[in-house]
Amino acid sequence: MLDDLVRNLRVAYARLWVRVKGGNREPEWLIFDMFLPIFTLSAYVYLYKMLGVGAEFAGFVVIGGTMLAFWTNVLWNMSAQFYWEKETGTLEAYLVAPISRMAILLGMALGGFVNTTLRAVAILTVGSLIFQVPIALNEPFTALLIFFLTIAALYSLGMLFASLFLLYGREAWHTASLLQEPVQFISGSFYPVRYLPTLLQLLASLVPLTFGLDGIRRTAISGEGIAQVWPHVIALIVFTLILLPLAKLALNFMENLGKKEGRLTLRWQ
Amino acid sequence: MPDYVETINLCRTFGKKKELVKALDEVSISIKEGEIFGLLGPNGAGKTTLIKILTTLLLPTRGEAYVADFNVVKEADRVRKIINLVSGGETPGYGILSVKENLWFFSQLYGLPSSVAKERSKRLMADLDFEQYANTRMSKLSTGYKQRMSLARGLLSDPKILFLDEPTLGLDVLTAKKLRNYVIDWAKRERKGTVLLTTHYMIEADEMCDRVAIISNGKILACDSPQVLKEDLRRTPIAKIEVSSIQIDFSFIEKVKGIIGYSETRNIQTGVTHLRVMVDDRRVFAEIESKLTEAKLKVLSVNETEPTLEDVYIRLVGKGFEEAEEKAHA
Repeated sequence: MLDDLVRNLRVAYARLWVRVKGGNREPEWLIFDMFLPIFTLSAYVYLYKMLGVGAEFAGFVVIGGTMLAFWTNVLWNMSAQFYWEKETGTLEAYLVAPISRMAILLGMALGGFVNTTLRAVAILTVGSLIFQVPIALNEPFTALLIFFLTIAALYSLGMLFASLFLLYGREAWHTASLLQEPVQFISGSFYPVRYLPTLLQLLASLVPLTFGLDGIRRTAISGEGIAQVWPHVIALIVFTLILLPLAKLALNFMENLGKKEGRLTLRWQ
Repeated sequence: MPDYVETINLCRTFGKKKELVKALDEVSISIKEGEIFGLLGPNGAGKTTLIKILTTLLLPTRGEAYVADFNVVKEADRVRKIINLVSGGETPGYGILSVKENLWFFSQLYGLPSSVAKERSKRLMADLDFEQYANTRMSKLSTGYKQRMSLARGLLSDPKILFLDEPTLGLDVLTAKKLRNYVIDWAKRERKGTVLLTTHYMIEADEMCDRVAIISNGKILACDSPQVLKEDLRRTPIAKIEVSSIQIDFSFIEKVKGIIGYSETRNIQTGVTHLRVMVDDRRVFAEIESKLTEAKLKVLSVNETEPTLEDVYIRLVGKGFEEAEEKAHA
């Protein structure tokens, strides 16, 4: 039992290490990832300036851009990872090893988080300085709590998607493409969700990123505290508590289905 | 010695009712501890399906399979602790990482302390002659060195049973020989481990295996040591016939009375087809030669030869590997 736990912790650390080492080995990518998103942010900030809607909107945009880095990482570098690992035969090596698949996913999530944090901090710092974002951070711990709960919920969602990619590689690839922009739109990445029609707001409440973005903006830009954002905290905890076990169930289900149908290690499917 | 790997009436089908494909059909084999056991057969014979079931990657449709007395379906976690798998043509790992880093990563899947992992990686890289590439990115390795790395990965966990699925697929002769010798050495002297090898290379099965099971269309047709399997053919006349054409369909020779089976290998570069013909009487060779001449083909040579494992297959199936693969794809 203890042996299994130690082995799985080693696996999670090793997978994290691979991700961090691999992700930062070619520094030019780091530069692209850090600075290219600033162009998208600039477009929105200048649009809001032109409309004269107030300086806090620049803050909304910068925080939205920062958190989008995590969403993109979850969608492409977390969910899609098993697809690539199936292609190279690495997935087969995982499946033959005496390890929990969740340990691999945990390592991928933590590694992805570390890598993306480097990029996100750069976006946040550069964006805040360039656009003179007005910060009103009265409860930094509340803001951090919401940030980490958002990350936990997002990467739990990533683990769930990864289990889908385990079996439905190419189809899930398209699903990821389909999710990218709609989630970006619905979660209010570059504007407050309250401006969306009610029906879309309801839909937005199914996405953890919506609560995360709104909570961080309220605590970092609008100066609100736990008294105002406690529903966000609860919503994000509930998301994580649902998504994480669901990911484990889906992973087991997909692995068994793959073994039954013989599609687990077949490439190009 | 006890049976270390055992399958009992193992069946595996793919597809749905109308297009049901039997990949394994009542396969029963037993492998002793410390044995190098080969599964020899053409592509599509069911070799990989069997190895995937034994390595817990695939569920059987029916039947049972045990590895070191553990049921591969019900006790998969216990099986995984004592096995490893190396598949030819696949290079698990991360191209952006160095060989050394990749090997360390894979050692962690088996919970090896880093110091042990590094020491073992170093030794395996030296033994397999690729320590000079320890710090090279995996993506920059040639196919042969990638396969050396794969074998090192498979041995890092010091498995009790090593499964090798076409381990020398696409490798040059020297690299293939190097890997074969290393596995023999590992199994017989160093680790005294058990090896299940799938291959469609006769020489590989002949050189490496204590026993060989010949598999075709999911069925085990024969199982014994290569010597015994070939010994059964000592009295059967076998000839290599060289014909100066690669265009013609040679199936007309099947009609010659007394022919047991044949295989053909076409060499596009030289324009020569090598027929390997097995007959029940030496006199039949002359008749085959005259049939070829009647078909306006130039017979370059007819030489009697010693039996190989492919001849065992021809004897059992009536065709060589290539013909069996063509038939399977048709």
